[in-house]
Amino acid sequence: MKKITTLISFVAVFFLSLVNANAGSLTVYTAIEAEDLKRYAATFNEDHPDIEINWVRDSTGIVTAKLLAEKNNPQADIIWGLAGTSLMLMKGEGMFEPYSPKGIEKLDPKFRDGDEPASWTGIDAWVAAVCVNTVEMEKHGFSMPSSWEDLTKPEYEGHVAMPNPNSSGTGFLDVSSWLQIFGEDGGWDFMDRLHKNISHYTHSGSKPCKQAAAGEVPIGVSFAFRGARSKAKGAPIEIIVPSEGVGWEMEANAIIKGTDNLEDAKTLADWAITQKAMEMYNEAYAVVGMPGVAKPVEHFPPGLLDAMIKNDFEFAATNRKAILAEWQKRYDSKSEPKS
Amino acid sequence: MKKSKDDYLTIFFISIIGIYIFIALAFPMYAILSKSVENQDGIFIGFENYQSYFSNPALVYSIYNSLFVSIITMVITITLAFIFAYALTKSRMAAKGMFRSIAMIPILVPSLLSGISLIYLFGKQGIFRELLMGYEIYGPIGIIIAEVFYTFPHALLIIITALSIGDARLYEAAKVLRSKSVRTFFTVTLPSAKYGVISAAFVVFTLVITDFGIPKVIGGQFNVLAVDVYKQVIGQQNFEMGAVVSVVLIFPALLAFVVDRIVQRKQVAILTSRSVVHEPIKNKKFDTIMFIYCSIISVFILTIIGMCLYASLVTFWPYNLTLSLTNYQFDLMDGGGWDSYYNSIRMACYTAFFGTIIVFAGAYFVEKSRSVKTGRSILHLLSMMPMAIPGLVLGLAYIFFFNHPDNPLNFIYGTMAILVICTITHFYTVSHLTALTSLKQIDNEFEHVSSSLKQPFYKTFFKVTVPISLPAIFEIGIYFFVNAMTTVSAVVFLYSSKTNLASVAVLNMDDAGDIAPAAAMGMMIFYTNAAVRIIYVLITKKVLVKFQKWRIKTA
Repeated sequence: MKKITTLISFVAVFFLSLVNANAGSLTVYTAIEAEDLKRYAATFNEDHPDIEINWVRDSTGIVTAKLLAEKNNPQADIIWGLAGTSLMLMKGEGMFEPYSPKGIEKLDPKFRDGDEPASWTGIDAWVAAVCVNTVEMEKHGFSMPSSWEDLTKPEYEGHVAMPNPNSSGTGFLDVSSWLQIFGEDGGWDFMDRLHKNISHYTHSGSKPCKQAAAGEVPIGVSFAFRGARSKAKGAPIEIIVPSEGVGWEMEANAIIKGTDNLEDAKTLADWAITQKAMEMYNEAYAVVGMPGVAKPVEHFPPGLLDAMIKNDFEFAATNRKAILAEWQKRYDSKSEPKS
Repeated sequence: MKKSKDDYLTIFFISIIGIYIFIALAFPMYAILSKSVENQDGIFIGFENYQSYFSNPALVYSIYNSLFVSIITMVITITLAFIFAYALTKSRMAAKGMFRSIAMIPILVPSLLSGISLIYLFGKQGIFRELLMGYEIYGPIGIIIAEVFYTFPHALLIIITALSIGDARLYEAAKVLRSKSVRTFFTVTLPSAKYGVISAAFVVFTLVITDFGIPKVIGGQFNVLAVDVYKQVIGQQNFEMGAVVSVVLIFPALLAFVVDRIVQRKQVAILTSRSVVHEPIKNKKFDTIMFIYCSIISVFILTIIGMCLYASLVTFWPYNLTLSLTNYQFDLMDGGGWDSYYNSIRMACYTAFFGTIIVFAGAYFVEKSRSVKTGRSILHLLSMMPMAIPGLVLGLAYIFFFNHPDNPLNFIYGTMAILVICTITHFYTVSHLTALTSLKQIDNEFEHVSSSLKQPFYKTFFKVTVPISLPAIFEIGIYFFVNAMTTVSAVVFLYSSKTNLASVAVLNMDDAGDIAPAAAMGMMIFYTNAAVRIIYVLITKKVLVKFQKWRIKTA
């Protein structure tokens, strides 16, 4: 008998040891590009060495889904860098601890929740762009596109990749911007025609550009930052800013209601909108939440900032579900028979 | 009859294992079923979700697509695997051991790695893209090739077993009657292997229809059920609809499971104690053809793995082909970096350790305990269930069950423990069957004797049962380890920041467009599993000799 009791207690101890306690650190949910996470955490720790950051990173749609799934039992302490429209949606679900971080008045009013205290604060913006592989374009004898409308040219049939808006924040900002640029009917009509040229819809917003960089597809609808990174790595790509204007989306922060580490979360929320943080974002993002900080970013196409449309986030956030449902009905079955 | 101390102990242990299975399987499955008939606020709405699901043509089309790729893959895999197994069992060709080892390689890698490899082989920048003659690898073609690669060893193992039980006396009879070899094949070989082939066919079918990694990587816009679950949950944040698709996905898997069980029962019946093992005779022409055939299949398998190895070492495909280790800098990519690799190893070790204990103990009570008959049959039934539950569905069910705020076990959500429990449950059935088979070989007399000598059952268990079953115990352990390293579907909804896994990292890196690093991580999993397998072979050869001496006949 004794042997068995010992065995059972061994097993129990082992199982308990698998369950890690979680004190003195912050669980941070984010959709910021993976290669920047270490740099962000290190810069933050220069000022606050005692707060350890545990990143949970995924595509916008996935992080949003995770947060909603965990609504009744939140795992995250704070969100640092997730699409503004997702945060607006979650604010409606009452998932945030309202808190206006120190220095919030220095932000562009567009980059903060209108309520007082604010539920979320914006840090930077990412801007849609088209990555075009010059080597592949030449191989096919294609002319370079210069507008969204150009992408519907019959010659590109099966040569364009774009992110699926259901999973990708970039995909969603593309779709919502087209609906704003071309109007509701014109937008869907444009997407109908674009759909004919699409070779595949990807799950992530960076993938079309990375695929264009690798020549897997000649034209990838993606965002400017990704294109600039790939170009810096030596990929033969051109970043095109369509002439009709480009959609954009801000990345924002919010504290999760019910976090057991509210003090540290507030510290991070404060720090994340300081000038130092803004300069850190600016190394990759051309637009940041605090006006007057941003300097031009290497490899970014000229004229990008002027091309940013006047984005109606309210429209995007409130209609998110309806737009995605309509999109899925129209395009999410590329494989159906042609007949 | 008065219950003895032994009986109470048995009841106690059966209850513990029963409770474990209820918590790890039955309750979560109930949670997902009830979720599928609720709206987002958790109010019961009957079959409304199902109605809206079946009214969406795009989603219903996925059912058709899923059936299509599953059936085509099934036919191809079974044909290829049958000939391969035939060559291994009925010919005297050279290098059988090598062919068999190569054929097992796909088991050691995550299923989606073959999809990644196909992109390098046949994608727009692929080395062999001309071979497709203008067809797209993204879509059904890619899915089917990759699934054949992935399911091949699973089918092969079953068919080899089925073919090797062919009774030599029948072959002798056929020879005496001067039956032509073709006729012998159709009247002797095929009938005796029939049930094995059917069983393998259903296993392949289930593996394909529930696999989500391959269609996700190389499916392009070809939607299948398993990916729909993922998209509904991850993309649309529509958990109720994810639950609905999950329930739809269970049906074909359940059907396959039931047919397989019926067939398995018949298979056992044709094996009698008087059967004699058939020894193939030398036939130069036949052996050569079989050798060439096996070589072609082996080259196919090695090409897929080799391509991944090469792609993981190329600096920037296809514009900079210099070799470097850039793609192994996982810390700069999605997926959790090198930590995810170490997590996977930890997870695999825990799963192998605890999984083997639970499964073997469970199988022991089902097979050997002398009391509580009903408890034993319930335990056996529950142990067979996980086979019919796709990993993705299990993972989703775990979210619903364990992340519910009222669940006292809520604290394990987001920890390593939930990953281990989910993985053990996902791979429970096959291990349970392995353990049962091994236990059935041990004569029940041991139990009877020890009982009449008034020895407690656990003494027999540790002194007799465990040492005799060591080969099976090691096999179960290794099965858990390898599968824990490669599984994606069961854990993709359950990992957290501290418990990223290598297999999920492969998926996420591919998702973000970093396919070369994804291939690199896939290769790390391959190296690990291959190393573990080799160590396992060495252990079984050296160490087990000590415990298994009695098995070797002394001449």
